[in-house]
Amino acid sequence: MISVKINNKTVKTTTGNTILEVLRKEGIDIPTLCHMQGFPPTGSCRMCVVEVKDFPGLVPSCSYPVRAGMEIQTHSNRVLEARRTILELLLATHPDDCLYCGKKDDCYLLELCSRMNIDKRPYRAVKKEMRRDIASNSIIRDNAKCILCGKCVRICEEVQQVGAIDFVNRGADTCIAPAFEDSINLSTCIGCGQCIMVCPTGALQEKSCLNEVMEVLNDPAKTVVVQNAPAVSVTIAQELEIDPQVDPQAVLTGILKKMGFDYVFETGFSADLTIMEESSELIERLQQGGKLPMFTSCSPGWVDYVEKFHPEFRDYLSSCKSPQQMLGSLVKTFWAQSQKINADDVFHVAIMPCTAKKSEAERSDLLVDGNKDIDAVLTTREFLKLIKLHGIEVKKTETSPADTLLGKHSSAGKLFAASGGVMEAALRTAHYLITGENMKEPEISTLRNLRDHKEIELKVGDFDLKVAVVYGLGAAKKLLEGIKRGEEEYDFVEVMTCPGGCVGGGGQPIGTDQEKIRERMEALYKIDSREQVRFSHENESIKKVYAEFLGKPLGKKSHELLHVRRNNQ
Amino acid sequence: MSLLSQFRCCEKCNHSLETPCRDRILCLAGKISCHDDSSCSQLRQENLRIIRNETGEDKVIYIGYGTCGLGAGAEETRQQIEKWLTDNNHQDCKLIKVGCVGLCSGEPLVDIQLPGKERLSFAKVQAEEVAELLDKVFSGDIPKARVLGRFPNEILESWNKVDNFFAHAFFAGQTRVVLENCGIVDPMSVDSYIARGGYQALSKVLNSSTQVELCDEIEASGLRGRGGGGFPTGRKWKFAYLESSRQKYIICNADEGDPGAFMDRAIIEGDPHRVLEGLLIAAYAIGASDGYIYIRSEYPLAICRLEKAIEEAQEHGLLGSNILNSQINIKVKLKKGAGAFVCGEETALMHSIEGKRGMPRPRPPYPAVKGLFNRPTLINNVETLATVPWIVARGAESFRKLGTENSKGTKIFALSGDINRAGLVEVEMGTSIRSVVETIGGGVSCGREYKAAQIGGPSGGCIPAKFIDTSIDYESLKKVGAMMGSGGLVIMDDKKCMVDVAKYFMEFIRRESCGKCIPCREGTRRVLQILKMITGEEDEDESLNNPLERMQAIVSLRKLARVIKDTSLCGLGQTAANPVISTLEYFRDEYEEHIFEGKCSTGVCSALVEYRIDVDKCTGCTLCARECPAGAIKGARKAPHYIVDSQCIKCGVCLEVCRFEAVNLITE
Repeated sequence: MISVKINNKTVKTTTGNTILEVLRKEGIDIPTLCHMQGFPPTGSCRMCVVEVKDFPGLVPSCSYPVRAGMEIQTHSNRVLEARRTILELLLATHPDDCLYCGKKDDCYLLELCSRMNIDKRPYRAVKKEMRRDIASNSIIRDNAKCILCGKCVRICEEVQQVGAIDFVNRGADTCIAPAFEDSINLSTCIGCGQCIMVCPTGALQEKSCLNEVMEVLNDPAKTVVVQNAPAVSVTIAQELEIDPQVDPQAVLTGILKKMGFDYVFETGFSADLTIMEESSELIERLQQGGKLPMFTSCSPGWVDYVEKFHPEFRDYLSSCKSPQQMLGSLVKTFWAQSQKINADDVFHVAIMPCTAKKSEAERSDLLVDGNKDIDAVLTTREFLKLIKLHGIEVKKTETSPADTLLGKHSSAGKLFAASGGVMEAALRTAHYLITGENMKEPEISTLRNLRDHKEIELKVGDFDLKVAVVYGLGAAKKLLEGIKRGEEEYDFVEVMTCPGGCVGGGGQPIGTDQEKIRERMEALYKIDSREQVRFSHENESIKKVYAEFLGKPLGKKSHELLHVRRNNQ
Repeated sequence: MSLLSQFRCCEKCNHSLETPCRDRILCLAGKISCHDDSSCSQLRQENLRIIRNETGEDKVIYIGYGTCGLGAGAEETRQQIEKWLTDNNHQDCKLIKVGCVGLCSGEPLVDIQLPGKERLSFAKVQAEEVAELLDKVFSGDIPKARVLGRFPNEILESWNKVDNFFAHAFFAGQTRVVLENCGIVDPMSVDSYIARGGYQALSKVLNSSTQVELCDEIEASGLRGRGGGGFPTGRKWKFAYLESSRQKYIICNADEGDPGAFMDRAIIEGDPHRVLEGLLIAAYAIGASDGYIYIRSEYPLAICRLEKAIEEAQEHGLLGSNILNSQINIKVKLKKGAGAFVCGEETALMHSIEGKRGMPRPRPPYPAVKGLFNRPTLINNVETLATVPWIVARGAESFRKLGTENSKGTKIFALSGDINRAGLVEVEMGTSIRSVVETIGGGVSCGREYKAAQIGGPSGGCIPAKFIDTSIDYESLKKVGAMMGSGGLVIMDDKKCMVDVAKYFMEFIRRESCGKCIPCREGTRRVLQILKMITGEEDEDESLNNPLERMQAIVSLRKLARVIKDTSLCGLGQTAANPVISTLEYFRDEYEEHIFEGKCSTGVCSALVEYRIDVDKCTGCTLCARECPAGAIKGARKAPHYIVDSQCIKCGVCLEVCRFEAVNLITE
C-alpha cells in the first residue's frame, strides 16, 4: 500500500496502477478521448492530464503509474485550462453540423463540450473537408469528424487483427484510412462495426436503412415482415429499463406491431433451424470423415474474415446460412406461398445487433435470382431511434406474441446471442440426434462466461467430441494458427466476431461495455432457465416446417434454401 | 583487406579472425607484443608509420571530402588534382579523401604533404586553381597567403614561417575531443583509425573493466546526453545494465533532423570508427548483443562510410562473435530512416526500427526497461557515443577537468548563418557564445550587428545580444530560455526578423509533427496561423481580419504556447513552442511593431513591405526590369521605371542591382 494525495486528500492505493485508475476508483471521472480499458495506453489525446507536484509539465494520468507521495490536482486552473484548450483546438476544424449528425445522441465529443462548458470559439479555422466514405454496406467513415484518437485503429488491429485502417500522412495532414486511402469496401474490413462502438465522434457510423424502412412501413402495396435477433430483445429491455419479469420478446413484438410491421417473426426460430441443419452437418462430417473442425457460420464478420485472411479454412465453415438468411429465404418461399403473397411484394426487415449483417444481406452468393432475401437490416441503435420516431412509450405498450410458425423459438435458439450459445444449442440437439435422448443437464456452465477462448471435451454416444468457443477475431486467429501448426484439434468450433458474441455486436448501443454485455448474457440465461422448450428439435414450429415443407435436415430443399455454396468455393 | 589485418611480423604472429586475441589491437598499435622479439616490434612500428604516412618519403594529398566539401566543389577539385598528378608524373602521390576538419566555409580544403615535410592545409581550392597551386607547392614555393597552416608532426620536418594549423583563430578556441581525427584520418580505413590509437579503449574495457565499473566510469566522467536532453549518460547505461533480460539492444541515434544541425553527419563522415567503438563499448556495458545505428537516408555519404566501417571492423574481429576473444558477441545493423523528424525521438525511433509508424509513445516505461521489441534498450546519440572512447582511454578524471560544474567535457556545434567562418566547432563547456561567435566564427558576416543566436533548433530558443556572454552549458542556456539541443547554432544579424524566425520554426514543426497528440498537431497549426496573421501572410485557414479576432488570437498565443508545452506527448511537442516563447520574450517590440503598426522594419515580411522606384533618381537604365524575376517592373528606356505592385514578389533584387539608389524599401 502506498499513499498519495488527491486534491489534498490522502488516499491509499497500491503500486502498479495508473493515476487514472486510482482517480476512477476514487470516483473522479477524468475525461479522456483515447483511453481504452484493458489496452496499453497510447497517451494521444492528452485530455486526462493532471497536475502532479514537482513535475515540470502536466502528467497524462492514463499512462503514468502512481507513485508513493504523489500530490495530484485533478481540476486545478492549469489542468482545466489545458483540457479546455485541447478541446477548443479540436473544435477549430471539427465540422459544426452536429444538428445533422447521426451520432448526436451518443457523441462523446459533444458531451465533453457540454461538461467543459465550451461556449465560444477562440480558434477559427477552415472546417475539415474530406471525402465521406459511403462505399461499404456496413460502415460509413466521415473523416472530417475524426479527431484521430486512434481507438478504431487499435480495435481493428489489436482485437480483431484485421488491420483494415491505420494512420496515414503526417502532422496536420494525418488521417485514418485503409491502404492507399481507398474506400473501406476495398480494404480488408469485415464490417464488424467494433470501430463504431469505440468512436467518440460521428466519424464512424453504420450505413443507415432507417429512411428506407420508414417509407416502406407506409407503403400499402408492401407486406412488411420483420425478424429480430435474440440479442436485440434483451438489449432493448436493458436500455429501456423494462421490468425483468416481463418477457422482453413479447414487449418487442408489441412495439413492432405498433409501428405497423405486418408480420413479426423471430430470428430465434431460424436459429433453431440452423441448429437442426448444423448439428446434422456436424454428425455427417463426423461419420463420413468430412472436414473437421467444423466452424459455425452465423457470424458474417467471421465468415468474411475466413474468406479474406484464411481461405484455406473456407471449406471448414459450416455450409449453413446464418439464421437471418435462413429466415429470409423461408419467408420469401415457404411463407409467401403459404400466405399466397407474391414474394416480390414482401419487404423483409431484420433487426440485428450487427453491422456486418447489412453486408451479409447484400452478398451476391445469397441472392436468389438476383433478389435479396433480406431487404433491409436495422441495427439495435437504429431500432431505438425508430421507437423514438414512432413516439412509442414502451412501458405503456401491450405485449404481443410473435406471429406463429416462424415466430416460435426454443430457448436454445435464444442462446445464439451470447458467446457459447450456439455451441450449447448445437450440442443439445447433436446429443439427441446421436443418442436419441436429451441431455440430462442442458446447461453447459463452462461455456457461460466472458473468456474469449473456452473449450470442453465431452462424450456423446460413441463420439469423443472436443469443441471450442472463441470470440474476437484475434482469438479466432490464434486458434486457427494453432490448428494449422497441428497443436490444436477440435471437432466443432463456434466463432463470434464480437466481444461476448452478438450481445456485444457492432450494432448495439454505444456505451456497451463488459458489464452491460454480462448483464445481457445473464438475461439470456434466465430466459433459458424459465423456458418450457429448451431444445431446438423440440420446437413445434420447426417440426412443422420440416414436415410441411423442408422434409428433413440436409434434404434437397434444405440444401437449396438453407445452405450456401459460397463465392469461389 | 586492410593492410593491418594482413600484417604479420613473423611466424609467431598468428592474429587472424579464426584465432581472436584479446591483445590484437594493442599489439597492432605497437603498444605491447604478444611475443617478445624486438625486431617484430620494430616491424610493427614501421608498418604504423606507413599507415600514418610518416615514412619520410610519402607524397600525399588530402582532400576535404565530406558533404560540405562536396557541396563546395571537392569532387571537381579532386578530378583536377588527379589529372595534374598524372600529367606531372606524380602517380606515386597518394590522394586521400578525408572528412570535414570543421572549417566548412573554407571548403574545398586541400592538404598537401611533400616527402619528409609536414602536411600543409589550403582553403577554398576550386578546380580551376588546382594546377597553379600544385605547380607552386610541388616546386617548393608555398603561396603563404593561401596556406591555412601546417599540421605539426614530431617526425616530419616543419615548414618555416607557416603557422600551426591549430593555432588558426578558428581552431585556437576549440577543444577537440570528439573531432580529434575528423578531417585528419582516412574515414574509409580502419588502419588509419587504429594507427592513431583507435579501438584501444574497446580493447581496454574488454580486458580490464567489469560492466559496472564501466558504467561507473562513464557516470563519474559527468558525460551527459548530447542529443538534446542532457541526461547523465552513465546513469542511463546503468538503468539498462540493471535490467535482466536475455536480449538487450543498443541504438545509436543518428537521425539528425534539426534545421542547421550537421554534427552527427560530420562525425560519421570524418571518423566513423569512433562512433562504432563507442557503440561497442556501450553495448558491452549494458550487455547488449545487438546494435542498431538509426541514420537518416538523406546522409548517403555517412551511410556509405559507416557501412565500410562495419565491414572493416568485422574483418578485424571487432564486431560479430567472440570479439577480441572476450566471448562477447555484438552485431550491428544500419537502419535507414525515411526522413521524419519525429523519428529522432527515441520511442518513435524504436517504432520505426520495428517497422511501425514513427510515433512516440508515453514514457514510462522507459526504453531502458521496455524498449526495442519490448526489450531493455539503450539509446545514445552519435556525439555521446563518439565521446566514450576518449573517456575510456584517458579516464573519467581527464574528462571531468573539461567543462563546468554540471556540464563536463566538450560540445560540438554546427555554426552557421550570418557568420564569417561557418563550420563544425567543438568547444569546452563553459565557453561563452561570444567567443564562439567573435573569435572562432570571426564575427557576424558583412560587418553587420549580431542580433541573436538560435540554439537548439526547433526545440531551442534565441539568445539576444544582451545574453551573448552566456556560458555554453546545460543550465545556463536553460536559464536564458534556450537549450543545449543537439548542437545547431545559427547566428542571425540585424537584418533578420524574429517574428519570421519564429514562423519558420513553427512551419517546420507543423510539417514534422507526427499527428498523434492533439496539442502538438492542432496547437502548432494555430500558432502558425496566428504568426502568419501577424506577418500579413495568407494562411490556408481562415484569415483573421476582424480586429477583435486579431486581438484574441494574439492573447491566445501565449496560452497556446503554454498548453502545448504542458501537455504534449513527446519532447518534440513539449518544446515546439520554444521558438515563439523565446522570441516573444526577447523581441516583443518586433511583435508589437508587426501587430500594431503593420510594419516589419527589417523588410523580411514581404506582405508588410513595398518596393518603390524614386522617379527623380531612376535613369531608366532598365537593369532592374531585366533582373526582376516576376517581370513586375515596367518603363521605357531612359525614362523612370515603376513597379507593378500586384506582380511584385518582394524579392528585393531591384534594390540590390540598382546603381543609382533609386529603389527604396518602404516598411512604413
